[in-house]
Amino acid sequence: MNQLKRILGLLWLLTGPILFIILITSAVHNINSNGNGDINKPLPWIIIISIFTPIVIGFMIFGWYAFKGEYDTPNP
Amino acid sequence: MQSTKGIWKVITASSAGTLIEWYDFYIFGSLSTIISHKFFPDTNPTAALLSTLATFAAGFIVRPFGALVFGRLGDLIGRKYTFLLTLVLMGGSTFLIGCVPGYATIGGWAPLLVLLLRLLQGLALGGEYGGAATYVAEHVPSNRRGYYTSFIQTTATLGLFLSLGVILSVRRIAGVDAFTNGDAWRYPFLLSIVLVAVSVFIRLRMNESPMFLKLKTEGKTSVNPLKESFGHKTNFKMVLLALFGATMGQGVIWYSSQFYAQNFILTKCNIEYEQANTIILIALVIATPFFIIFGSLSDKWGRKNIMLAGMLLGALLYRPIFQQLYETADTSKKVILADQTTIKYAAELVKGSTADSLHTTTITSYFEDGTKQKVTSKQKITASAEKSTATVTKETVLGETGRLNMIAYIALMVVFVTMVYGPIAAFLVELFPTRIRYTSMSLPYHIGNGVFGGLVPFIATLITTLPGTNYLSGLWYPIIVASLCFVIGSLYLSNKVNTNIGD
Repeated sequence: MNQLKRILGLLWLLTGPILFIILITSAVHNINSNGNGDINKPLPWIIIISIFTPIVIGFMIFGWYAFKGEYDTPNP
Repeated sequence: MQSTKGIWKVITASSAGTLIEWYDFYIFGSLSTIISHKFFPDTNPTAALLSTLATFAAGFIVRPFGALVFGRLGDLIGRKYTFLLTLVLMGGSTFLIGCVPGYATIGGWAPLLVLLLRLLQGLALGGEYGGAATYVAEHVPSNRRGYYTSFIQTTATLGLFLSLGVILSVRRIAGVDAFTNGDAWRYPFLLSIVLVAVSVFIRLRMNESPMFLKLKTEGKTSVNPLKESFGHKTNFKMVLLALFGATMGQGVIWYSSQFYAQNFILTKCNIEYEQANTIILIALVIATPFFIIFGSLSDKWGRKNIMLAGMLLGALLYRPIFQQLYETADTSKKVILADQTTIKYAAELVKGSTADSLHTTTITSYFEDGTKQKVTSKQKITASAEKSTATVTKETVLGETGRLNMIAYIALMVVFVTMVYGPIAAFLVELFPTRIRYTSMSLPYHIGNGVFGGLVPFIATLITTLPGTNYLSGLWYPIIVASLCFVIGSLYLSNKVNTNIGD
C-alpha cells in the first residue's frame, strides 16, 4: 500500500502543472469581449487563476510529500 | 467535561449563530437577480464589474482569507470572542445591505457599498464555522464527538432552508410585484439584525472552550498560529491531506446536491419558481436528520468510511439522478389533454415607441399526470415589419406524482451531502492540535466548500461550451473532483477516530 501511495504521489505532482495549463488555455480560449457570460469576462478568470495557483502548488507539494513517503502507514 | 445539559447549551448557542450566518450569506445569493437589478445595472460597465467582483471575490478569495484572519485570532485570543465578532460582522453587513439605497437614488455609491458589505459577509463566514465546530468539539465527550458536532453541520442546510422559507413567505405576503420591483426584498436582510441580536445575547453568556482555557492558563497557546499551521511540515501535510482527501470532495457534493440541483430544476427543467423552491425546502427537511445519523455513526464506523461513501455515491449517481429530474419535467413524453389547451395572444406598443409593437403568445397545456405548462413567446415587430427573434420562456408546474418524484431525487442527493458533511467537523477537529486548531481546520474547509464547491456553476458552464455536450455534461466537474478526492481519501486517510484531541 505504501508503494502505491508513493507512485500516485508522483502522479499528483505531475497533475498540478497540467491542471494549471488547462486553466490558462481555457481562460485564453473563452475570454471574449462579445460574450455575455461570466466565462467570457476576464475578471472571474483573474480571480479563479489567482486562487487556484496556490491550490495547484499545494497539490504538487502534497504529491511530493506522498512520493517521499510522508503519508506512509508505519509498519506494525 | 460538561454535563449533558451544559453540552446542549453549548450546541444551541453555537448552532444558532452559525445558522444565522449561513442564512445571511444565502439570502444574498438567492436574491442575486433582484440585487443585480437594483444595484448593478447592466448599462453601467463599472457597476457590472463590481457585480462580478461581488459574485466571485466573496466566495473564492474573501472566505479563505476570513478563515486565516479569524482562525489566527481564535487561536490567539480564544474561540468565544472570535466567533462573536464574526457573528456581529455578518449580521451588521446583512442588515446594512437591506438599508443601502438603490443605484437609481445614489448612483455609483450603491454598487460600491453593496460590494464592500458582501465582502465583509464572506470574511465573517470564513471565520465562523471553524470557531463553532472547534468550540463544540472541545466541550463534548470524545466518544460522541461525531454526534454532537453534527448539530453544527445541520446549520448550513437549515440556513438555506430558513433563507428560502423567509424569502418565499415575504414574497407571498408582500406580493410578487412589491417584492421584485418595490422594497419588500429588503425585509429578509433587515430581519437578520433581530436574529443576530438574539444569538449574540446567547453567545455572550457562554464560557470559553475548556481546552483552550487550559492551554492559556499553562501559557501554551500558539504565538504565531499561521506559521505553525502552514510553515511546519508536520501540520502542513495534514492541512493538504484534509483539503485533497476530504473537503475538496465534500465541497462539490455539497454544492451540486443542493444549489446546482435547485438551479437545474429552475433553468433546465423550467419548474415554476415557487414550486421549485418548495421542492427544495421539503427535500432539505426530509434529509436534515441524516446529518445527525451519519455524525453519530461516524463515532462507531469512523469518519473516513462514511464521508468517502457519500462522495462515491455522488460520483456514481449524479448523472442518473439528474437525468431522472429532467425526464420528470419533460412534457414531450407526457400525454397532453389537447381539448384543455388554451392560447392567448396580445399585442401592445413597445414602451416609448409609437410604431414598434410587442406580440405575446401564451400557450397553456395540461397533461394527463396533472402537469401544467405555460409557454410564452414574445416577439417585437418594427414599423417596417422587421421581426426580432422570438424569446420563448417555459414554466412547468408538476402534477402530484412528478412533484413527489422530484422531492425524492433531491432528498436522496441531500442525503449524500449529510454523509460527507455530517462527520467532517469531528474529522477536521481531530486532525489538528488545540493550539492551532481554529486556523488549521478553517482554511481547508473554506477552500473545499467555497472554492471547489463554489466553482461548480462556473466550470459546469465552461464544460457546456465544449462540442458534443448536453444538459448533464456540467456534472463531470463534481463527478471528477469527488472521484479524485475519493481515491486520495481512500489511500491516505486513516479511519481511526482520534479520541484524544486535548494534545
